[in-house]
Amino acid sequence: MSNLAKIERDPNYQELVRRRSSLGWLLSAIMLVIYFGFILLVAYAPKFLGIPLGTGVTTIGIPIGLSVIVLAFVLTGIYVRRANSSYDVLIRKIVEENRS
Amino acid sequence: MKKFTWLPVTIALAAGAVEGGSKQATNWAAIGMFVGFVGLTLVITYWAAKRTASAADFYSAGGGITGFQNGLAIAGDYMSAASFLGISGLVYTSGYDGLIYSVGWLVGWPIVTFLIAEQLRNLGKFTFADVTSFRLGQTEIRILAACGSLVTVAFYLIAQMVGAGKLIQLLFGLDYWIAVVLVGGLMMIYVTFGGMKATTWVQIIKAVLLLSGATFMAGAVLYKFGFSPEALFTKATEVHPKKLAIMEPGTLISNPLSAVSLGLALMFGTAGLPHILMRFFTVKDAQAARKSVFYATGFIGYFYILTFIIGFGAITLVSTDAMFLDGSILEKTKSGIAAIKGGSNMAAIHLANAVGGNLFLGFISAVAFATILAVVSGLALAGASSISHDLYGMVIKGGNANEQDEIRVSKIATLVLGVLAIVLGIVFENQNVAFMVGLAFAIAASCNFPVLVTSIFWKGLTTRGAVVGGFLGLISAVVGVVLSPAVWEVTLGFAKGSAPIKLDNPALFSMAIAFAGIWLVSILDRSKRAAADRDGFDAQYVRSQTGIGAASATAH
Repeated sequence: MSNLAKIERDPNYQELVRRRSSLGWLLSAIMLVIYFGFILLVAYAPKFLGIPLGTGVTTIGIPIGLSVIVLAFVLTGIYVRRANSSYDVLIRKIVEENRS
Repeated sequence: MKKFTWLPVTIALAAGAVEGGSKQATNWAAIGMFVGFVGLTLVITYWAAKRTASAADFYSAGGGITGFQNGLAIAGDYMSAASFLGISGLVYTSGYDGLIYSVGWLVGWPIVTFLIAEQLRNLGKFTFADVTSFRLGQTEIRILAACGSLVTVAFYLIAQMVGAGKLIQLLFGLDYWIAVVLVGGLMMIYVTFGGMKATTWVQIIKAVLLLSGATFMAGAVLYKFGFSPEALFTKATEVHPKKLAIMEPGTLISNPLSAVSLGLALMFGTAGLPHILMRFFTVKDAQAARKSVFYATGFIGYFYILTFIIGFGAITLVSTDAMFLDGSILEKTKSGIAAIKGGSNMAAIHLANAVGGNLFLGFISAVAFATILAVVSGLALAGASSISHDLYGMVIKGGNANEQDEIRVSKIATLVLGVLAIVLGIVFENQNVAFMVGLAFAIAASCNFPVLVTSIFWKGLTTRGAVVGGFLGLISAVVGVVLSPAVWEVTLGFAKGSAPIKLDNPALFSMAIAFAGIWLVSILDRSKRAAADRDGFDAQYVRSQTGIGAASATAH
């Protein structure tokens, strides 16, 4: 298991773990806040969501609800983009340096 | 006409349960297109069967599915006929409330992306139990995972079979039992002969058909209103008896605790569904797994936005046309909107007729059938894999099973599951199965998810902690559902208001019990096994992060 210890000491590995887990948990927390914020709004302030936008019949609730859907997708996109551009590079380095 | 409360009803939608309604006249256009779909999928199954030789081919399509294809397949697994017909039907009766459900079904996906997908692919091979048992006691954890998977699959499957039978009865004018046998029979053919390869391609084709059909329908609705959502909403609020109230949350969510509990079940249940988790092993590496959830989230989110438009389209175009209304139902629906033939879950089907005529109606009916078929196949494969890989291969044979024997066991398991699904589908024909999908999500969120996430991220987890916490979560979820209003009052017939637990979904406390059990038992665990469990974490963590040593693709 000396290879394991070597990888764990590798600064690239430490950077990967630090960056991936902080982003992953941060984005998860953001998603939780957004979704449960929306649910609490529905439960406690349904009339707020019923406020019309301008003079029409479309209410504030429509763009808010749709934006939770869109934000879920956007957050996923942010993670995937970050992972594709930087985590994969770090992983490749770690794999190459620790080939034994 | 509905005697149960709102939350269970909307969960029923997930089951695709169609209320009441009699058989419709045989729709030849629909049957023609459906036969076309079945023919095509059987050709694919034949093709896949010739290429399915190893266990890796059978369970994970040899790891040769691309990220984009897997994204479509995941979306296909998740977009059941239920979400399509159920949510558009809910929008039809209650407007905005439908959107609240769409949001709930979607928000689990980002969590899967951030915390589960890559780690799962790096650590596992065929089932999610490969991951949970990575450093823990194989026998105990495999049994726990198999229980969690099989119970989840069983409830989900029964709900789908009953929904399927009723839907097909309505759409095609077939007898209920014929419909159930047809679905069960085709499912057995796809899975036993074509394994994961056939199941994945059936799923992909269905996802493309469903997304294009829904896009066309939503497009046609918007076209009628000059692509102005405001014009669509204005007309809808004019014709809907609830008027402007359909533009804000209604009676769907009245109890905040219940709302949060259901939200937890939907969000974390998604991350614990065995047939979904299994899909991450069909791609070649963690990078592809990550991309596939991104595509899936996009497709599913887009689809739910379409169902919202479709529901409003049905308000304006279906509720105003006597041709689609059920004159025999004098009693109005709960929300006051006109009752339509076959019940409100048929809103999208009638809208297809309204915007595209009989041929498009046939197309959408065939797509709905195809959707059910694809979803039950995915479920059956996940259940069969759990039996053959986890129970037979790892527990009974201790990891030394002959590959061909293991495949044979999973084929037999598929046949048994298929027969069981048909029998239970028929037995439960007239039962209220509304609670079953909610239960499946609650169990996935309270048993599978806590064990999975702690095994990946928490060094302190021990075998004993996982087993105790996992089973506590499983049991409390089942007990919580039985004591909830949906089962206690509606299914078991006790007096209204007598349900011992007021929450419609138990996830709030059953998840808490699972996590608390896992934590407490793990930290108190001083056994030799516990020391080995903790020692194994570092190596597992390195592999989960880097993929070094992960199972590689064997695609031809």
